[in-house]
Amino acid sequence: MKKQKLSKFQIWLRDGTPWIWFNAGAVTISVLMLFGLLVILGVNGLSHFWPRDVMRAVYTLPTADGIEEPVEIIGEIISSEETESARLQGSGLLLNADQEILQRQLIRFGNRDLGSADFGWIFPQYLSEQSWPEDITVLERREWSDFYGRLQSLQENGQTLAVADPFEELQRRLQRTEAIHAEINAIEDGEIARINWSMEQLRLGERRLQLEGNNSAEIISTIRAERQTLLLEFEAVQSQLNALYRDLERDTAQFEAANGVAVTIFLADIVRAYRPNAMGVVAKLGVYFEKLAEFLTTEPREANTEGGIFPAIFGTVVMVLLMSVFVTPFGVVAAIYLREYAHQGFLTRLIRIAVNNLAGVPSIVYGVFGLGFFIYFVGGEIDQAFYPEALPAPTFGTPGLLWASLTLALLTVPVVIVATEEGLARIPRSLREGSLALGATKFETIVQVIFPMASPAMMTGLILAVARAAGEVAPLMLVGVVKLAPALPVNGIYPYVHLDQKFMHLGYHIYDVGFQSPNIEAARPLVFATALLLVIVIATLNFAAAALRNRLREKYKTLDV
Amino acid sequence: MRYAVDHFARTTISLGGIGIIVILLLIFIYLVQEVMPLFSGASVEARGSYDRPGNPGVPTLQLSIEEQAGMAMRLDAEGVFHFFELDTGVLASSERLNLPTSATISSFASDSAESGLLALGLESGEMLLVEQEYDTSFSTVDNSRIVTPSYTYPAGEQPLLVYDNEPVTQIAVGSRGEQFLAALSNAAGDVVLLRGARQQNLLGAFDPDASPVYNLSQITLPELVPPANQLLLDGDLRWLLAIDRRGAVRVFDLASAFRDGSVAEVARANLLPQGANLVDARFLLGGVSLLISSDRGETSQWFLVRDENGNQLQQVRSFGGSDSPIVSITGEWRRKNFVTTDATGSVRIFNTTASRAVFEGDLLQAGAVAMAVAPRGNALLLESTDGKLHAWRLDNPHPEISWSALWERVWYEGYPEPDYIWQSSAASNDFEPKYSLMPLTFGTFKAAFFAMLLAAPLAVCGAIYTGYFMAPRLRRKVKPLVELMEALPTVVLGFLAGLWLAPLVEEHLLSVFSIVVLLPLGIVAASLLWMYLPRSLGEYLPDGWEAVMLVPVVLFFCWMAVVLATPMESLFFGGDLRNWLSDELGVSYDQRNAMVVGLAMGFAVIPTIFSIAEDAIFNVPQQLSYGSQALGATPWQSLYRVVLPTASPGIFSALMVGMGRAVGETMIVLMATGNTPIMDINLFEGMRTLAANIAVEIPESEVDSSHYRILFLAALVLFVFTFFVNTIAEVVRQRLRSRYNVL
Repeated sequence: MKKQKLSKFQIWLRDGTPWIWFNAGAVTISVLMLFGLLVILGVNGLSHFWPRDVMRAVYTLPTADGIEEPVEIIGEIISSEETESARLQGSGLLLNADQEILQRQLIRFGNRDLGSADFGWIFPQYLSEQSWPEDITVLERREWSDFYGRLQSLQENGQTLAVADPFEELQRRLQRTEAIHAEINAIEDGEIARINWSMEQLRLGERRLQLEGNNSAEIISTIRAERQTLLLEFEAVQSQLNALYRDLERDTAQFEAANGVAVTIFLADIVRAYRPNAMGVVAKLGVYFEKLAEFLTTEPREANTEGGIFPAIFGTVVMVLLMSVFVTPFGVVAAIYLREYAHQGFLTRLIRIAVNNLAGVPSIVYGVFGLGFFIYFVGGEIDQAFYPEALPAPTFGTPGLLWASLTLALLTVPVVIVATEEGLARIPRSLREGSLALGATKFETIVQVIFPMASPAMMTGLILAVARAAGEVAPLMLVGVVKLAPALPVNGIYPYVHLDQKFMHLGYHIYDVGFQSPNIEAARPLVFATALLLVIVIATLNFAAAALRNRLREKYKTLDV
Repeated sequence: MRYAVDHFARTTISLGGIGIIVILLLIFIYLVQEVMPLFSGASVEARGSYDRPGNPGVPTLQLSIEEQAGMAMRLDAEGVFHFFELDTGVLASSERLNLPTSATISSFASDSAESGLLALGLESGEMLLVEQEYDTSFSTVDNSRIVTPSYTYPAGEQPLLVYDNEPVTQIAVGSRGEQFLAALSNAAGDVVLLRGARQQNLLGAFDPDASPVYNLSQITLPELVPPANQLLLDGDLRWLLAIDRRGAVRVFDLASAFRDGSVAEVARANLLPQGANLVDARFLLGGVSLLISSDRGETSQWFLVRDENGNQLQQVRSFGGSDSPIVSITGEWRRKNFVTTDATGSVRIFNTTASRAVFEGDLLQAGAVAMAVAPRGNALLLESTDGKLHAWRLDNPHPEISWSALWERVWYEGYPEPDYIWQSSAASNDFEPKYSLMPLTFGTFKAAFFAMLLAAPLAVCGAIYTGYFMAPRLRRKVKPLVELMEALPTVVLGFLAGLWLAPLVEEHLLSVFSIVVLLPLGIVAASLLWMYLPRSLGEYLPDGWEAVMLVPVVLFFCWMAVVLATPMESLFFGGDLRNWLSDELGVSYDQRNAMVVGLAMGFAVIPTIFSIAEDAIFNVPQQLSYGSQALGATPWQSLYRVVLPTASPGIFSALMVGMGRAVGETMIVLMATGNTPIMDINLFEGMRTLAANIAVEIPESEVDSSHYRILFLAALVLFVFTFFVNTIAEVVRQRLRSRYNVL
């Protein structure tokens, strides 16, 4: 056989180099996809808070009948794209036929209360007189979304104020309305909530006495008297509130929107006013962080499409904490059993398979189980036994915080077990034997020797469980999450933690605002921001868990020697 | 003491460990327990037997039961209503209809719907319409419910003369909304139609308090039907059916009868086999399906199906089970159930959608003379030949479910052919629920298939490279990234897929396909290029860092694909691939389609498969590949011939777990598809999966209803499927691990 010299190409083929590169490519693609996703989330989520410059221009779109009607437009440019004119055919636009590629821009016009769409596509080639006037004011409002226009004058009780710089005066007066708003909120969340709660308690107490059959005239009259005092209190608070509301209506501002439309806006409706075209980078950064802080700490407005996501953050945290209370002991005990007590035989194998299966069961199945078993069965029984006075309105027989936490605890228990077991397995055998040889019982060994050493592993498991629970949505939709909860699940009213209450959740917020909201274009940036926040939280938790695990590994490497 | 504590701890901890299995069992048992009632049939329990109230010897025209199933009603052939307690037969009241004392009832019909409308044709050629209802009030003494019957005469309190001294031989009546229609025939087959439309007040609305007044119109159609045919009106009052003793039927279209007096015969069919005789024919709830019972012991279901030849009466299914002739048949008011009795006294309850007998039992000695089902389907009243009434409690919660209704093609009312359809609710009361799990199961596997199409090659190839070729330093950086990828909430992926990726893919459809083609080519080209580069350059890249080198390559080719797509689209596809697809190939395009789901869910599944597969490959004992390389194999050869075969069970188990995850994933499919339960493999159309369906529908379903239990069944199916897949995967992995230990 003649031995022939292989060419470079043949060696390349023989060594399977293309295949190796192929496989390398798979890793590259996967990792790039991940980074791409993070970048998209980051860019879209963070750019939302940046105060964009506002353009003013005249737009003259050619129409079929040849009449060109120039309109003034004022708005932010949200995005630009190129599109083939073929795709726009049939949209009724009279477009230049030989132009294959068209540039178009998505503009946010705001001013939804003036009757037109607040977003729209325009073709920049028909724009003229583009400018970025410094006096254009952007208003963030409590209703009707953003407003773009020029500030004309300020009125107090209908009297126009003679001030040199109305914008500055506007800012000053906005602080006042802000203070009044805060006061109103404090009263509504404090006094009014307390009175409502007491009323409800009275009603339930009366009903309970009725059910028990000892509703003597005497008791009923005391209840009546209490109710009367509450009503009086309520009226007092109500009149206080009414006064505040009247105060709010004192100031108005006169604005001129695009095309010279005059608009009067109550200062009470304004959250924030700024002039982006007149601001430098530093000033813009100020507004940026102000908006970011608002996003994280305030309640949503306008059907969740504006404002903050604080209740969702809070709800997620409370639910996850409660879940940890359930999942930690159970998961740790199960892991200790598997590693320290169980005879490594058929039963342990079965349990391991069970753990593994629990981890693989689709989360929606847990949701169905939680709904059927916890809510309708256990919750229904609890209501029968302890809250008969509230029936037929369910107390625990309806989705709520407790059931959501329990369901997620079931869902995440395998995570804790696996992580804890791994930690226990890393502890050298000699330590156990040493402790036992000194006369400690097995339990003492576990509590005093093993437990402290394995605690980072348990923490790892718990953190991973929390990360999983924070991102899970499907089961929560069935067992307690709502799009808008009237109150936080933890507040100043006895019993402080309301296990039966429904709550808001970051993940569900994304689903709800992204897919159920009427004005998706306006809501989209907020959803991106929420998604980014959720991903940051979960990524942080995961990296923390990984760091803990690595530290643990390092620790026992030295012990092994 | 210490030992007692130790012992106590041991017991508690062991219980905790075993608790895991208990939980798993609890979930399983609970789901099964919720699902089981679906497949159990109906049961009956005797409530009482007594002599029928009224004059003995006067036959029964009709029996009925009121809403709460506490009272019942019997109308006898003398025109007397007897209102009595269902359990005991104690008579509460009797009332005779507005009939002349000498009148003889020659024909009788009742509306199949809930209206309580009855039509009587008299020997004298007159007719009378009665609407019999129940009024409920509450006693002031103990708040107990008092039910009293009430009678109104929508066509006038006095009998209406229709034929001059000729008996009304056949009569049919039906109502729909605020109007009713009666069809009568005499011995000569002259048909009279009497229509009543409720009078509106000046505002064009119906006065809720005033008793209704009907505007009557009447037409005569001489010799329309053959004499002595049974007449029936469908639920829409559009078709008039005339059926003879042998089961020959003619269908007349009444659509323009009151406009110009024309009535066309549109279809003709033989409903019974040769030699069989008609026992009774009636419409099922909704007035679409016709039920025909014969003396052969069979009942068959027919409805009009539109095809190119016009309307055809089509036999949909038949219900047998009896060797002796059927004696009587009655339908249920709110579900597609009907009850038959045969000559031997066997009572059967059938459901048409489920195509099954829900109940079968010998409740009587001989066939029932008359019978009634309570409106809620929870009581049954039978009259035996000896003039006794027998009341039964009926427990029949889920008649519409059967294996065939869930998993086989079902011919639903109004459809041209049997089909798999999921449609769990509708606005109308007489809606036929369609609970076929096939479209959902199909959608589940369709989504999982496209996800695996992306994830399996990427994850397994990536795992091979990471586990075998990659430099350890790089590997330590890649693994946490994959873990992060696994931890990404699916709601975020679903949101990105639905709101960002779906429009993007729609816009750049061709680019997506170009990437699929260009990327592999580009990677191979890059490796070739690398080989021909001067060696000195090659030293910058040690072995196992190819993946980093490929980053610019991948980015470049993706960019290329996007840039090239626009001119290519103009060149080959007339500027718009989507239009081209629908115009040239007839493929419809949904924005949220299987491809988007495949991309997003593939992304979610990659890390799952990757971690397990990488683990299996990395843990193959190193001496195996050292040995093979020492014998002269290249790294690729030893991977391909030695490492991969050893690790293949692990890779298999990784794919299984990935599959399980893709099948059960909810949020991504919920958000990235249109959630339409269609069965179409088309890449550009959406689907609805079992999991997404549960999420969408369970919050709205009534507890313990059939719908609710079917959603539990869907959860059980998911549970069992993932249980199966995960157990196999875990067993394979455990065996692999012990094999590695031996090696």
